[in-house]
Amino acid sequence: MNRPILIGLAVLLSLIVIILPVAAIFTRAFAEGVSVWAQAVTEPETLAAIRLTILTALIVLPVNIVFGLCAAWAIARFRFPGRRALLVVIEIPFAISPIVAGLCFLLIYGAYGPVGSALQPYGIQLMFNLTGIVLVSLFVTCPFVVREVLPVLSVAGEDEERAALTLGANGWQIFRLVTFPNITWALVYGAILATARAIGEFGAVSVVSGAIRGQTMTLPLQIELLYNDYNTTGAFAAATVLALLALLTLVLRALISITHPATGAKP
Amino acid sequence: MSLEIDRITKTFDGAAVLRDVSLNVRDGEFLALLGPSGSGKTTLLNLIAGLTQPDGGKLLLDGTDITHKPAGARRFGMVFQSYALFRHMSVADNIAFGLRIMRGRDRPSKAERRTRVCELLDLIEMPELADRYPAQLSGGQQQRVAMARALAISPRLLLLDEPFSALDAQVRRSLRGSVRDLQRKVGVTALLVTHDQSEAFEIADRVAVMNGGLIEQVGTREELQQNPASDFVRQFIAAG
Repeated sequence: MNRPILIGLAVLLSLIVIILPVAAIFTRAFAEGVSVWAQAVTEPETLAAIRLTILTALIVLPVNIVFGLCAAWAIARFRFPGRRALLVVIEIPFAISPIVAGLCFLLIYGAYGPVGSALQPYGIQLMFNLTGIVLVSLFVTCPFVVREVLPVLSVAGEDEERAALTLGANGWQIFRLVTFPNITWALVYGAILATARAIGEFGAVSVVSGAIRGQTMTLPLQIELLYNDYNTTGAFAAATVLALLALLTLVLRALISITHPATGAKP
Repeated sequence: MSLEIDRITKTFDGAAVLRDVSLNVRDGEFLALLGPSGSGKTTLLNLIAGLTQPDGGKLLLDGTDITHKPAGARRFGMVFQSYALFRHMSVADNIAFGLRIMRGRDRPSKAERRTRVCELLDLIEMPELADRYPAQLSGGQQQRVAMARALAISPRLLLLDEPFSALDAQVRRSLRGSVRDLQRKVGVTALLVTHDQSEAFEIADRVAVMNGGLIEQVGTREELQQNPASDFVRQFIAAG
């Protein structure tokens, strides 16, 4: 009795809130034909924005992997003062609104902030450029890898590592041959989530980017700019690129959840 | 190899886990550390393996001080209670692990490693299971692979931490004999940690009864049964 109603509601809600809007982006973007879409996407400013977004994601990715692995390892394997605090601190970026995060960075690393003003005499500027965008993207994405890797690492336990130690393995061999193979897919999954977030981040980046056309505009910022310029075709065309990048990460996630169901990736 | 444990002490968070433990393990013998949980037997085994450091006292292997030698340099084979097999490696790769990671001149060639793995698979009577993964094995088979992996490095001492506790009674009984036979065949000095006295008496040449961080008595079954050194030993042996 209740089942069809519940299922119907769920389907209706997904249709209204998720499927229709995404479909609308594509229909609107291609409304004037593929050639108009292609022209809009290859606008120099839009191309620059795509390039900057991908560049940012590529810089953030390795930092996230290394930081996430180190933090997860430390929390899972060592008992040290402040361990619980570290767990909470790593979650902060999830709790704080991205725009607030952006403002925090501006306050500290901006020209009038303690760090920013100290660096200014040396000609080093951290905000309103690629550095600023990368920094806030790191802030927003740093919990993902830790959150995926930590549970797997905790379950994997120490016994395998201790066994490897008694068999004569050094720290690096233990990590490479014993620990890493157990967490590889959780790591990849966390990295994909982080990358998806880095590509789509708007709020925090908008505060620190400085919005210099063709230079510090990431793809989400560029879409908003085009839309505010009444260039709807350009905005929707650029939006399709962002949506496709997001869909790509979705497909990767699904693939991992099918091939490696134990990683915590849910289909 | 003989092992001399000389007045070892260890405290965890202010609580004494081992107080002045001294014990001689003779060359080639099978010695069991028997005691209730919390008696310090596992801590003592971890100390011998080098996985924990003592607060005081010495460990001498054939007269050489190894107290502060890193675990990896001791070349002691250890079988864990959970077996701790590498789950992403095949049985053959698990057994070969200790040989594969050796450095410099000691490291056997690929062909030598393969020969050694085959020998060990024959020894544990599982030659056809080389390509299986740990999850595809029964508990008893996993335990034998863990034994083979520990023996692959030609250990100077074999350490067994409750190796039968995860098995059902029937498998347990049949494996006791096979562990004993393996130890004899290889001729390695072995230490077994257990809380089960029938297991200790069946496998070991001598049994050290531990209680509250102390060794109460060391002896053969007859010695412990006929001349218990303390009330604890009398009651513990009688209760089992």
